[in-house]
Amino acid sequence: MMDTLMNISSTLFLLTGSFLCISGGVGILRFPDFYTRMHAVGVTDTSATAMILIGLMLQNPDGLVVIKLIIILLMTLFISPTASHALARAAIHNNHKPVLDKT
Amino acid sequence: MKDLLAVVMLAGIYGLLSASFFVTMDAVDVAFTEASVGAGISTLLMLVTITMTGRSEHPTRHKPVLALAVVVITGGLLIYGTLDMPHFGYAEAPVHTHVAPHYINDSMQEIGIPNIVTSVLASYRGFDTFGEVVVIFTAGMGILALLSMVRRREDSASSDSLNDSMHEQYLVLRIVTKILIPFILLFALYVQFHGDYGPGGGFQAGVIFAAAIILYAMLFGMSTARRVINQSYIRFFAAIGVLLYGCVGVVSLLNGKNFLDYSALSADPVAGQHLGILLIELGVGFTVASVMVIIFFNFEGRREKLQSQENKNNENNNKGNKKT
Amino acid sequence: MLLGLYNYWIVVVLMMIGFYIVIAHGNLIKKIVGLTIFQTSVFIFYISMAKVEGGTAPIIAEGIKLFSNPLPHVLILTAIVVGIATTAVGLALVVRIKEAYGSIEEEEIQKKDNLDC
Repeated sequence: MMDTLMNISSTLFLLTGSFLCISGGVGILRFPDFYTRMHAVGVTDTSATAMILIGLMLQNPDGLVVIKLIIILLMTLFISPTASHALARAAIHNNHKPVLDKT
Repeated sequence: MKDLLAVVMLAGIYGLLSASFFVTMDAVDVAFTEASVGAGISTLLMLVTITMTGRSEHPTRHKPVLALAVVVITGGLLIYGTLDMPHFGYAEAPVHTHVAPHYINDSMQEIGIPNIVTSVLASYRGFDTFGEVVVIFTAGMGILALLSMVRRREDSASSDSLNDSMHEQYLVLRIVTKILIPFILLFALYVQFHGDYGPGGGFQAGVIFAAAIILYAMLFGMSTARRVINQSYIRFFAAIGVLLYGCVGVVSLLNGKNFLDYSALSADPVAGQHLGILLIELGVGFTVASVMVIIFFNFEGRREKLQSQENKNNENNNKGNKKT
Repeated sequence: MLLGLYNYWIVVVLMMIGFYIVIAHGNLIKKIVGLTIFQTSVFIFYISMAKVEGGTAPIIAEGIKLFSNPLPHVLILTAIVVGIATTAVGLALVVRIKEAYGSIEEEEIQKKDNLDC
């Protein structure tokens, strides 16, 4: 019973992670401006990695692998938003203007 | 493609994709090295070069038809040459039947570490790895000869004031980096000493260590980084790595066996192998980390010198215009 | 055509792409990127030769009988690090060429050389 519950929840997390990743990719292609694209990728990339890592943790709940995956999750939560911030800051610093109205 | 920044970014993505390809081919050590070196350091060095040489390419005027013809003919000849090769994944191919079964079967008894790639790299083919370390050291010396510039006192004073005024700008990045750099260095040490039991070893550890120091230098300015990491100590460490490797070999010679035969290092041959592998991986890690740091510091130092020279030229031009 | 050889054909295609970039573009940085692509295609050649069907990574663990060949892995490890060393020296040379000639396009450098002689 616990086994099937773990399997189902792990599958759900992995599928959600993949869907978020794909939607981030679609966002890069469809959004009109650099900053909106940055926002799409920053949010979906971090959440997709988090979902996939949690799904992998549920696959094998006991062992050293879980601790390693938790550490990777913490690192990703620190590093990925910082990278998006660095990119957006570099764009503003180089006077890349955002598209503000739809004309 | 006219924009060289896009070209460099795509080259980095290509390196990362080839690293993931190596993982599917069961080559985990190689994938680790290619990801850290090809997708990390290589992209970084090309970006630093672009900041010095200009970001866009001048368009060419002629069509390279002759080059295309040569390429197509050579490709055809090469494909004709591969028709004799064994199929993909074929277990009886000649490459799998001569020396490799000896390594796979005997590595655990003779050397006693689980990672066969490290045992082959460090013990069975230790001499090739010695040559590789010397090549990295020579590349570092070459870059020192090409790009080093003597720094004077007034340059560091002006860049110090610039550094303090930029602290507000880079606040988020600096705080996150201060939290993360100890973990990156810890991970580098973990990779260094776990090369025997999983993917890892001296090269990957050296590159990750250098990446942490380069991150610090990029965000906090070169003058602060030079105070933290003294240039002469780094050159000393690069030489120490190669010397350590050579000395392990000479000690084996003095104990009566061949050069780089680690079983002469202690009473029990397997323990001698462990000790020898540990010491040479340490030497490799020292040299790789130091040489990568030397390369980056020299590129950045050259760039700062060129920029300050340009600023001085612009100021002199403006003063000349104001006078006339 | 023998379909078991497709990995070699992919390698040859990548190698020819790298070769074309080196000989057809004039910009020095693009030439260095082309060399990197060429190098990586050679690595893929060796690593795909090392794979044994049904084998795993060559790290001894309990219960695993068939390993992929570790010997090409060792050679390619050395090759990757030597490749980055030569790329770094090449980029340093590009920086010095830019300072000496003022541009990194092959045609302009040759023109300047012909003018000076």
